[in-house]
Amino acid sequence: MNAPIKSSRFSRRALLKGGALTVGFALTGGRTGAFAQGVAGGPRVLDPKEVDAFLAINGNGTVTVFCGKVDLGQGLRIAMPQIVAEELYIGVDKINFIEGDTALTPDQGRTSGSNGIQRGGMQLRQAAATARKALIELAAQKLNVKAEDLIVANGLVRPRAGGDGISFADLISGRRFDLKLDPKAPRKDPATYTLVGKPLPRPDVPAKCIGSHMYVHDFTLPGMLHARVIRPPAIGAKLASVDESSVKNLAGVQVVRIKDFLAVVAEDEWTAVRAARALKAKWGAGSRLPEQAKFVQALRTDPSITNQDLVTKGAPVTPLPQNAKMLTASYFWPMQSHASLGPSCAVADVRAESATVWTASQGTHGNHTTFARFLGLPKDKVRLIYLEGSGCYGMNGHEDAAADAAIVSRAVGKPVRVQWSRADEHGWDPKGPAQLLDIAGAVDADGRILDWRTDMWIPRTTRGMLNIPLLGPEAAGLDNIVGLNTGLISQNGDPPYAADHIQVIVHWLKDAPLRPAPLRSPGKPANCFAVESFTDELAAAAGLDPIEFRLRGLKNPRGIELIKRVAAMMKWQSRPSPGANKNAALARGRGMSYVHYKHEETFVAMGMEVAVERASGKIKVERVFCAHDCGQIINPDGVRSQIEGGITQTVSRVLMEEVKFDRSHVTSVDWASYPILKFSEAPKIDIDLVDRPTEPPLGAGEASCSAVGAALANAVFDATGARLRTIPFTPERVKAALGGHSS
Amino acid sequence: MAKYNLRINGAARTVESADPNQPLLYALRGLGLTATKFGCGLGQCGACTVLVERKALRSCQMTIASVQGKSITTLEGLGSALNPHPLQWAFIKEQVPQCGYCTSGMLMSAAALLSEKKKPSEAEIRTALDGNLCRCGSHARVVRAVLAASGQGV
Repeated sequence: MNAPIKSSRFSRRALLKGGALTVGFALTGGRTGAFAQGVAGGPRVLDPKEVDAFLAINGNGTVTVFCGKVDLGQGLRIAMPQIVAEELYIGVDKINFIEGDTALTPDQGRTSGSNGIQRGGMQLRQAAATARKALIELAAQKLNVKAEDLIVANGLVRPRAGGDGISFADLISGRRFDLKLDPKAPRKDPATYTLVGKPLPRPDVPAKCIGSHMYVHDFTLPGMLHARVIRPPAIGAKLASVDESSVKNLAGVQVVRIKDFLAVVAEDEWTAVRAARALKAKWGAGSRLPEQAKFVQALRTDPSITNQDLVTKGAPVTPLPQNAKMLTASYFWPMQSHASLGPSCAVADVRAESATVWTASQGTHGNHTTFARFLGLPKDKVRLIYLEGSGCYGMNGHEDAAADAAIVSRAVGKPVRVQWSRADEHGWDPKGPAQLLDIAGAVDADGRILDWRTDMWIPRTTRGMLNIPLLGPEAAGLDNIVGLNTGLISQNGDPPYAADHIQVIVHWLKDAPLRPAPLRSPGKPANCFAVESFTDELAAAAGLDPIEFRLRGLKNPRGIELIKRVAAMMKWQSRPSPGANKNAALARGRGMSYVHYKHEETFVAMGMEVAVERASGKIKVERVFCAHDCGQIINPDGVRSQIEGGITQTVSRVLMEEVKFDRSHVTSVDWASYPILKFSEAPKIDIDLVDRPTEPPLGAGEASCSAVGAALANAVFDATGARLRTIPFTPERVKAALGGHSS
Repeated sequence: MAKYNLRINGAARTVESADPNQPLLYALRGLGLTATKFGCGLGQCGACTVLVERKALRSCQMTIASVQGKSITTLEGLGSALNPHPLQWAFIKEQVPQCGYCTSGMLMSAAALLSEKKKPSEAEIRTALDGNLCRCGSHARVVRAVLAASGQGV
């Protein structure tokens, strides 16, 4: 799948040093102090309209990049330096990279929505291009020549005709640019790129393989204590009483109780764990959850529903031609957990007049105000510093753990590390919300879609809500935001194919049973699962090959190219589904799906080959083929890594994942009750990347996820003739569908 | 406080603990050996895998008392930045980790596999790593890296 690494860029030394790029983790002490005062003189500029917010030229010729977006393992620590170094004509080894620190980096919004590169990276490109223009102008003044007679190379500005140049450091080090980002500053011609588009190695990888990478879980401060927070046995329960004598025999344990917030603190972590287990507390009744068995049907009749006509295109065909076939189907995607491999963790040092919080949050800046408010401190006295945590795919418990640590640190007057347990993480992380979709459509014998109507039942994001309510402040009765945030979950509910009439109607639900939050490619895995499954159902009704059917209705040339590429990759045989061997004991089939993410971003065509074991109902995804066009590729190995991860994670979500709950709490609180995909179940993945250097770069973290559900369901239909419409595709559901029962 | 003598990454170490049931994981992390990660505390995810006498075991499930006198290898003892173990080198070359939280456990399980079988098949690698979960979806790269480290380039 990957081209062999041959280039000298991938020398052993370069790989071990991660391309020799310096990654600055602004932790504590002197180094941070120097940065806080501004490496280029004066206090840090944080306004994202200013070049100085993003870049500083240092005296030794290096460039410090201040990035408000953070690297969660998706590779921004190399991709962002590639973008900046390219525009400045320097090597990535000359870049220091600082990320997600409210005292040092500009607010570029959350690292979410697959927009790290496409928005955040483009701000950095603009800052670097503006800086380059300014450096040339400074050199022109010093050398008393025209700017157009100068060129930039290797950290110098020098005369085009030859002769001595002046280094960036000599031109500006120690001073600010004092310039706004200039959208008109000339950009480097992509045809001359030497860094962008290359699979440069990520600087954090060697440390992650050697064991020296500093995760927030590994961060310590002098005098730091360890805490565990005790959540109620039922969601919403109030704390009635605490028997502190139950932990008396454990040396040095303190109990922290603030209203309904309960924590234990100890000098070492294991003692904190023991204390959390031993502490006896009495809780009141919770706020009853709905009955899970009746949950799906209850969505349609929820009294809180408000309706919105989201999409209306064309006009109904009346009357429908005689040969038209009309279909209806319902699809369901359940609540799912981020299921981060390491439970959330954070460290906080809250003093009387200031607070510093080390957090793996994807939105250090976005949470700045929230933390200042519940701590009752001015915003400029509160600092949130990003440190990598265990993989997070939207908003898991990282921000809750950070709030927990801050609350406990303030209570005990010492730095505190809070580590959640596995049950805390599975039980209390904010969940990707459930989504119910009904689709009705009509197709004629030529495969023309005559009518399409999607109805979706989803929880509404509260207006202006960028974060989520946090558990700690809520329990402790502190200032907390109220409402829901689910991400942009109503997108891609309409097909990307020509149709005479398309309608999407959203039935917004006021609430969700478990606290929702954006989970990787929010909403789109479910919407595209429904839309692309229904497209397949229409193709089957019209008796057409699924690819032929899609190509007849698709106009976008980039989309058409991808579908043809995926067909070529998997040697697609044109024929209607299901295939001929659908009654075999081990039935094999192929399916595909196509997604134009958010209808304006990355294009994905995905094919799958599956084997379905009729007796057991087990599905094995044998191969996945993905053709992917995210415009200009910054780092192709990073893009591949994101696609591989997106596909593997979503195959897991589709085959096995559903949060289980009873009337008081989540019951799927470990890896046995909430299983995820294992090595023996992980598919082989083939990727075909389309690079378009002259197009804007688009996100690569989310789009592939949204194509998985339908490609898998369509392959199962092709193999067996059974249509799966409810996630997850458990063996029981598959067996029921094979037996002719609706799933 | 009872004292427990262990050999960790080739050096004699003494751990003090008030609780003989303290899992080895917390003792290791308390010594600053933080490559070994807490994932579940239930022996289900493999993030805390270490070698105990060359066997890959879950350090969250081993009590400090049970490893008295035993030889423990953590990721820090497998190799170093200057002299990485072939598996570490292959993981770097394949750019395996995303978040990398599971990587330490993966490397230790893979090391145990390769010490038992020099050239495992892809199916054997997958089976050996089935107890190590990864949420970012780095599975395909892990398998490639283990094959590469065992001299079976793909």
